[in-house]
Amino acid sequence: MSASPSTPLLDVRDLKVRFATRRGAIEAVRGISFSVGRERVGIVGESGSGKSMTGRAILRLVRSPGSATAERLALEGMELQTLSERRMRAVRGQRIAMIMQDPKYSLNPVMRVGRQLVEALKVHERISSREATRRALTMLEEVQIRDPKRVFSAYPHELSGGMGQRVMIAMMLIPRPDLLIADEPTSALDVTVQLEVLKILDALVRERGMGLIFISHDLKLVSTFCDRVLVMYLGRIVEEIAADRLHEARHPYTRGLLNCLPEIGGSREPLPVLERDEAWA
Amino acid sequence: MTTVENTSKGGLGAWLKTDTPTSRFHARCISIWNAWADLSGNFLAMVGLAIIIALILMAIFAPWLATANPNIQHLGDRLQPPGWQGHLLGTDELGRDIWSRIVFGARVTLYIVGLVAVTAPVFGLIIGAVAGTIGGWTDRLLMRLTDIFLAFPRLILALAFVAALGPGIVNAVLAIALTAWPPYARVARAETLTVRRSDYIAAARLQGASTLRIIIGHIMPMCVSSLIIRVTLDMAGIILTAAGLGFLGLGAQPPLAEWGAMISTGRQYLLSHWWVATIPGLAILTVSLGFNLLGDGLRDVLDPRGNRQ
Amino acid sequence: MSAVPAEAPAAPTPKLSASNLQVVFGHGRQEVRAVRGISFNVRPEESFGLVGESGSGKSTVLRAICGLAPISGGSVSMDGTAIEGRRSKTFARRVQMVFQDPYGSLHPRHTVDRVLSEPLAIHRFADREERVVAALKDVGLDARFRFRLPHQLSGGQRQRIAIARALIVEPDVLLLDEPTSALDASIQAEVLNLLQRLRAEKKLTYLLVSHDLAVIDHMCDRLLVMQGGEAVEELDRAGLKDHAVASDYTRRLLTASEGYVR
Repeated sequence: MSASPSTPLLDVRDLKVRFATRRGAIEAVRGISFSVGRERVGIVGESGSGKSMTGRAILRLVRSPGSATAERLALEGMELQTLSERRMRAVRGQRIAMIMQDPKYSLNPVMRVGRQLVEALKVHERISSREATRRALTMLEEVQIRDPKRVFSAYPHELSGGMGQRVMIAMMLIPRPDLLIADEPTSALDVTVQLEVLKILDALVRERGMGLIFISHDLKLVSTFCDRVLVMYLGRIVEEIAADRLHEARHPYTRGLLNCLPEIGGSREPLPVLERDEAWA
Repeated sequence: MTTVENTSKGGLGAWLKTDTPTSRFHARCISIWNAWADLSGNFLAMVGLAIIIALILMAIFAPWLATANPNIQHLGDRLQPPGWQGHLLGTDELGRDIWSRIVFGARVTLYIVGLVAVTAPVFGLIIGAVAGTIGGWTDRLLMRLTDIFLAFPRLILALAFVAALGPGIVNAVLAIALTAWPPYARVARAETLTVRRSDYIAAARLQGASTLRIIIGHIMPMCVSSLIIRVTLDMAGIILTAAGLGFLGLGAQPPLAEWGAMISTGRQYLLSHWWVATIPGLAILTVSLGFNLLGDGLRDVLDPRGNRQ
Repeated sequence: MSAVPAEAPAAPTPKLSASNLQVVFGHGRQEVRAVRGISFNVRPEESFGLVGESGSGKSTVLRAICGLAPISGGSVSMDGTAIEGRRSKTFARRVQMVFQDPYGSLHPRHTVDRVLSEPLAIHRFADREERVVAALKDVGLDARFRFRLPHQLSGGQRQRIAIARALIVEPDVLLLDEPTSALDASIQAEVLNLLQRLRAEKKLTYLLVSHDLAVIDHMCDRLLVMQGGEAVEELDRAGLKDHAVASDYTRRLLTASEGYVR
């Protein structure tokens, strides 16, 4: 690890994302600050809380008419905002990777999965095609694909959602990034598959000592999976809390998110409804 | 309770910008206003709209704008260049004032465009929406019919119709409308097919809505915007086809001032007296351009697939 | 009829029942057997759940009941009378459906007002104005929403409108196809509460499809677990609570619904 222990992997200060619309500017993210080490951090909020925009802003992927500004947006002390687009592309591939909700839109539909993996490998390392093929197959095994040869020669549309997401994870981990941003990586998957994919992600992130930002609307899921949770509401972080101390959460919004899910064997009383107060943001 | 009175206190602007409309009429006004606000932000579309409005004004005020009677011949003043003795754009081979003929020709052009625009797309929409919604044999039959019409070159088919019906402006319009509907039927059907399987159509069906109600109330509104776009983009082609028929002597009959017919007669003098054919040509070009620009702008505003948030 | 629980000595005619229901799409080589013989009975004013993952055929069962998918074998009946062929207007007044995706189930160019008044026009109700206003109030929406277009509403508000549309013709059976799975967890609670309240107030019978056992458990008295178009097992709430399940698949679903455990 090159940087001194005091420099966090990712440091974000006063990040703002604005959208210019006909009716004036809308702030999707309104000045948030946080830092991520080599740990798992969850960002939780309802839709419209700005959680996904935060993930995109870190990678400088906010598209016009939106724009992101921050006092500081640094990866191991390197300011990302001033990098040229070319160098930023290198950062996106090699140091920060992102997994989206639906793998269907992230894989090239007309290229076999294997070839996409091999090409991704060859971009990052100078290796022969045969070596790349071998590596790609091991990687598919690493993400618990039982029949890697079949998946290797399949087209993305021939894979189920769970398989597709595993391939995405394998692909994103090729360059051994320092930080992985996962935006609702399992919400498009079946419940039983969700757990398997999370298990794979968990193991890989731990083994490689990567940092992970896990973006989700499901507080329970995030709390079982992450070390620390940031709760976002209307573009602000309303509470930051260690995942294992979530039951001690103070903020009514966090408590609301925690209690609103039905439970098996729970009472039939109406579910507690989330209170919302614009003054919190 | 909010009433129209107290919401309108903020002025018409606020009334149009609120996101809580208070009546059906209000809601409609707001959506029209929003579309207009989108469109007016597009400079080229506004240029196109200005051209079309100019054409309409020209047609309405033709008797006042024209400097001479478009059909009165002064054989002594034939083929005079633009600017000669008060003839703004010169005179043609019969000594008629070209500016006045252009101005009156705007009426003919508008008449053709208007008539085609209300017939062909409506017919196409009905055929396409019915074929797409009902499917099966109805679809196959209607679409093969459409294919047959599509297989002919448009001008040739129009020529055949005019030849059968006899020359004249009304018959020319009829012929153009008869040849112009198949693309609209195709567009409407394609749009219908994407909409047909959606949940909101299923919901309407579950509500007990009849097929007719679904076609008219649910499917057609989804096709209209792509048709409007298509029509504005096609307007240039329609004007040109009408001009083409006029040029071949099968459209407007002399002495009626029609831009295509003007080019047709002017072509004999093209080398020696360029303005006789060029000026109506420029008029056609300008109006076609106006429709195209507006069509492009409308596509940005109306296309339901566009990413409007 | 061996599995009828002892609590119902004289079992009433089921409100809705499917017996050996099969749904086949396409034919020849492209034949897909989406539902392969499913049977269940839903009692009047009961809430019955169908649980399964994607491809289990659970939504297809709902679509077959209301005529959006073909009944290729077996039968479906309501109050003891078989449902078949093209569904009539009377059927539409008695059975309504709420779809999964609130973004796809409302016509993008129809205002809320139009969405709600159209079924009233189809079924020739007289006092339409009052009914539209009442329907909005029923689902907890302000009258301000009446003339909005769907894109001016949030996901939760759209789903409320979809529920209002289904209930405006006063049906007695509501088919719910994953009504909350496209919504945030926090909005889901609101919609589930709304559905619970409406069921009690209007004495409705629910057939609820979901992939989420917790949601089914919260809403339903009995449930059927489905996988690959076939029934896995039928359970009641007590069984679910005690994990008294017979099949491995149900057990896996149960584990999954408890969240990720490291």
